[in-house]
Amino acid sequence: MSQSTNVFGAIGDAQEREEGIDREEFTPGIEPQATWCPGCGDFGVLKALKGAMPEVGRTPEEVLLVTGIGCSGKLSSYFDSYGFHSIHGRALPVARAAKLANPGLEVIAAGGDGDGYGIGGNHFTHTARENHDMTYIVFNNEIFGLTKGQTSPTSPKGHESKTQPHGSAKDPVRPLSMALSAGASYVARTAAVNPQQATEILAEAIEHDGFAHVDFLTQCPTWNKDAKQYVPYTDVQQSEEYDFDVHDRREAARMMHETEDALYEGTVLTGRYFVEEGRRSYGAEKAATGEAPETPLAERYFDPDYEWERSYDLLDRHR
Amino acid sequence: MTDDELIWRIAGGSGDGIDSTSQNFAKALMRTGLDVFTHRHYPSRIRGGHTFVEVRAAGHPVKSRGDGYNFLLALGDSFARNPQDEAYYGNEEAKPLTENLDDLREGGVIVYDTGLLDEGDVDDLEERAAEEGWHVYPLDLRGLAREHGSEVMRNTAGVGATAALLGMDTGVFEELMDERMSGDVLATNVEILEMAHEEVSGMEHTHALQLPEGTHEDAADSPVLLSGSNAVAYGALDAGCRFIAGYPMTPWTDVFTIMSQNLPEMGGISEQVEDEIAAASLAIGASHAGVKAMSGSSGGGFALMSEPLGMAEMTETPIVLVEAMRAGPSTGMPTKPEQADLEHVLYTSQGDSNRVVFAPGTVREAYEQTRAAFEMAYEYHLPAIVVIDQKLSGEVAVIPDEFFDREPDPGLGAVLTEAELDEAAHHASGVFDRYRHDPESGVSPRSIPGQAGGRFLASGNEHTPQGHIAEDPDNRVAQMDRRARKLASVRAELDGRETSHQTPYGPEDAEYGILTWGSQQGTAEEAVDRLNDDGHSVKALGVSDLMPYPSAEVAAFLESVEECLVVEMNATAQFRGLTGKELGQYGEHLSSLLKYNGDPFEPAEVVEGFESIVGDADADGDASGESTRIVPAVGD
Ligand SMILES: Cc1ncc(C[n+]2csc(CCOP(=O)(O)OP(=O)(O)O)c2C)c(N)n1
Ligand code: SF4
Ligand SMILES: [Mg+2]
Repeated sequence: MSQSTNVFGAIGDAQEREEGIDREEFTPGIEPQATWCPGCGDFGVLKALKGAMPEVGRTPEEVLLVTGIGCSGKLSSYFDSYGFHSIHGRALPVARAAKLANPGLEVIAAGGDGDGYGIGGNHFTHTARENHDMTYIVFNNEIFGLTKGQTSPTSPKGHESKTQPHGSAKDPVRPLSMALSAGASYVARTAAVNPQQATEILAEAIEHDGFAHVDFLTQCPTWNKDAKQYVPYTDVQQSEEYDFDVHDRREAARMMHETEDALYEGTVLTGRYFVEEGRRSYGAEKAATGEAPETPLAERYFDPDYEWERSYDLLDRHR
Repeated sequence: MTDDELIWRIAGGSGDGIDSTSQNFAKALMRTGLDVFTHRHYPSRIRGGHTFVEVRAAGHPVKSRGDGYNFLLALGDSFARNPQDEAYYGNEEAKPLTENLDDLREGGVIVYDTGLLDEGDVDDLEERAAEEGWHVYPLDLRGLAREHGSEVMRNTAGVGATAALLGMDTGVFEELMDERMSGDVLATNVEILEMAHEEVSGMEHTHALQLPEGTHEDAADSPVLLSGSNAVAYGALDAGCRFIAGYPMTPWTDVFTIMSQNLPEMGGISEQVEDEIAAASLAIGASHAGVKAMSGSSGGGFALMSEPLGMAEMTETPIVLVEAMRAGPSTGMPTKPEQADLEHVLYTSQGDSNRVVFAPGTVREAYEQTRAAFEMAYEYHLPAIVVIDQKLSGEVAVIPDEFFDREPDPGLGAVLTEAELDEAAHHASGVFDRYRHDPESGVSPRSIPGQAGGRFLASGNEHTPQGHIAEDPDNRVAQMDRRARKLASVRAELDGRETSHQTPYGPEDAEYGILTWGSQQGTAEEAVDRLNDDGHSVKALGVSDLMPYPSAEVAAFLESVEECLVVEMNATAQFRGLTGKELGQYGEHLSSLLKYNGDPFEPAEVVEGFESIVGDADADGDASGESTRIVPAVGD
């Protein structure tokens, strides 16, 4: 998206570049270097995200990456762009407002399974429902990483941890089905162990005009030892065994259900699950109903010629 | 106190249009040149339940509800339940009469609708009327309305009867109706108004009360009638706020609604979201992206904003939050005023507080201080909170329209342009030094996402100048100290201004003081007038700046008096506690007058409280009134 004024010089910058975008532009110059444990799946997300940026044609300063709290929340520290490392569970409301304020930004939110499906679950539901034009990456390691290995909303039933010494009595949440029923218009699952698919899916998700949810399987070798490395994995689009239409809500729902069950039975299914084309994003919908401006609100504050409305002109109703 | 004022109380059931009828009545009185003030009392219920609004009007300034009232228009409660005396909630049908008699002054006027109210339901009305010298006019308002139009227009009949009894003609009311109704509805209402007026004019009048005379200067030309909530919203709009996120909760809903109704036409955005955690977080996200943004709530919803509030402090993202207090704890009394969230607003969220808190005392101050809150938030990169309560949010005041005739202030505050970013300090990695240690004022200017050369990380974790997570002790202390310096700078800036947010009242050399915060200001001022008239020597200070605390001003005030009564609507004397903590002395000079029964102070209660404790050497332990409580000064 190009903008009318050039107060935000970074926005639209990529189009003018001849040399293209180098994924390394998103690597911090000197510091900080990632502090995730060796073998952690979170490295895979960082790598895939950097790899997606040249594909989608965005430069660092037109991207706002908003993260939650958890090992996953550190993503914004190791990805060199505008960043907002928020609080546990609240990445989505911060991110979606930034998008409403300045639709020219590429807004990406990210966090853990606890962050997004537990404490921030209400925001997940409503942000998906509203179909904001943004991408949400959930690092799903089926565990609370940063707080040292407690059971998370995606931990399998029976999972033993320090807080459920006899095993969890709860069925795990179904992240893909939740996104679909809430109203996300793009839903996919990928895995850190599959870098090529992950990069492609993230690029698609970012380019999608609407709320794109990517459940990203990230192994946690430190706390989730009995858990999988998520290998071998199967791409449901590539495999002969699975045949469904990603544009069909019912077929998508069935496939999601099967995929969620399969994970706990040791079969790792990944791929695109639901793609709704042509649905207006929330920003567009709001502008169409007359509840949002046509031009980015953030630009107005830099426009010296804008005639600001005054309450003085509203007083007739009070006379 | 005197009868050169009218305090008209319209009472009925919730959902019977009491509020809108009273608003129009207040406007009509404003148009006759009087100063007007309103006081709302309503239950947390949509249909039925005892409700009243008082419209107080006089040719001299009125700044508070009065002591009691002198004219009752008792309409029926069409949604009343349980018409039995033994019922848990009493006989609701009779409440528009029974609930209001205790506050009616001697010699007062009663008009009641015999269409819905039965004198037999009220114990010894006749006897009491004789005793108190009340003038009772039973009128079949419902019948009259039904005959000429429909039953629901009985409020109009009541207004017509009121006008006749006060010696007013119907012109000003018809003018108002004409502005907001048309066609048959207008014609029928005008007919009912005139019929009632005519009928009552022809009756024998025994009372003396008439429409007060005189003209108040604020109502002289082009006055407007505005509520505290309106003033907050208009202050925000004039400060360039074009983004609000919220979740409904009484009484905050008023501000949220007014903003939401105006923003779309101004190219702004209002978001009603899933909860208050989201609401505050959205305001932060919008502000981070370069928009002037606000959110707000009332007690319980504000509690949910606690963690985002701290995030705004730590990431130094400007936001304005409104806290419209109501009686707590928990759901408390949702439609009743209280000032018990002071400590909550000052200290909620983990870590040392780093915020600005203003509590305007009047409708005008609500406008001014909301603008100031935006200014402080965006200049100093911190959350600024405007604390109002159910009283200020709903009360209306007359203000000359020129008060609002001023320039808007849409400036984003301490933000760099791309050209300035080019020159600004960056880390060797190319990241912008968003959080430098050295600014003397504490303010390290920010960039906005999308600007070339401005990228940085905002983090709720302690961070380096670039925003990266850091636990190094030297950096920690430097950042903590710098953030704290911003508050000192805010205080210095406010102290240097020509007009203070603190409002002194009364003779400068008075012997005694009354200290209030927020919405009690007008009531205290009336009490000061009366006390001085009665031979006391008293002045008041209405404090609005709660953080950073205006130590110099309050200390000077306390130094200048022998003793001071702190008047506030809560049970634990929170403002007195704050004052003691901030000033570190004066404990033996400060006693408290508290009220927490859900009803704001009447001026007479402040007068009594003052007389019973301050300057009274023989005051014994408990000088509390019927619905107020006195907490003596330390050592008393
Ligand atoms: C309000 C709040 N509650 C609890 C915490 C402590 N906490 C930090 S991260 C976390 C869970 C992390 O798990 P997840 O979101 O799955 O992220 P991961 O570390 O696995 O990437 C918790 C409970 C917090 N920071 N804030
Ligand atoms: S604890 Fe687990 S999730 Fe966190 S960094 Fe280590 S391996 Fe990764
Ligand atoms: Mg996790």
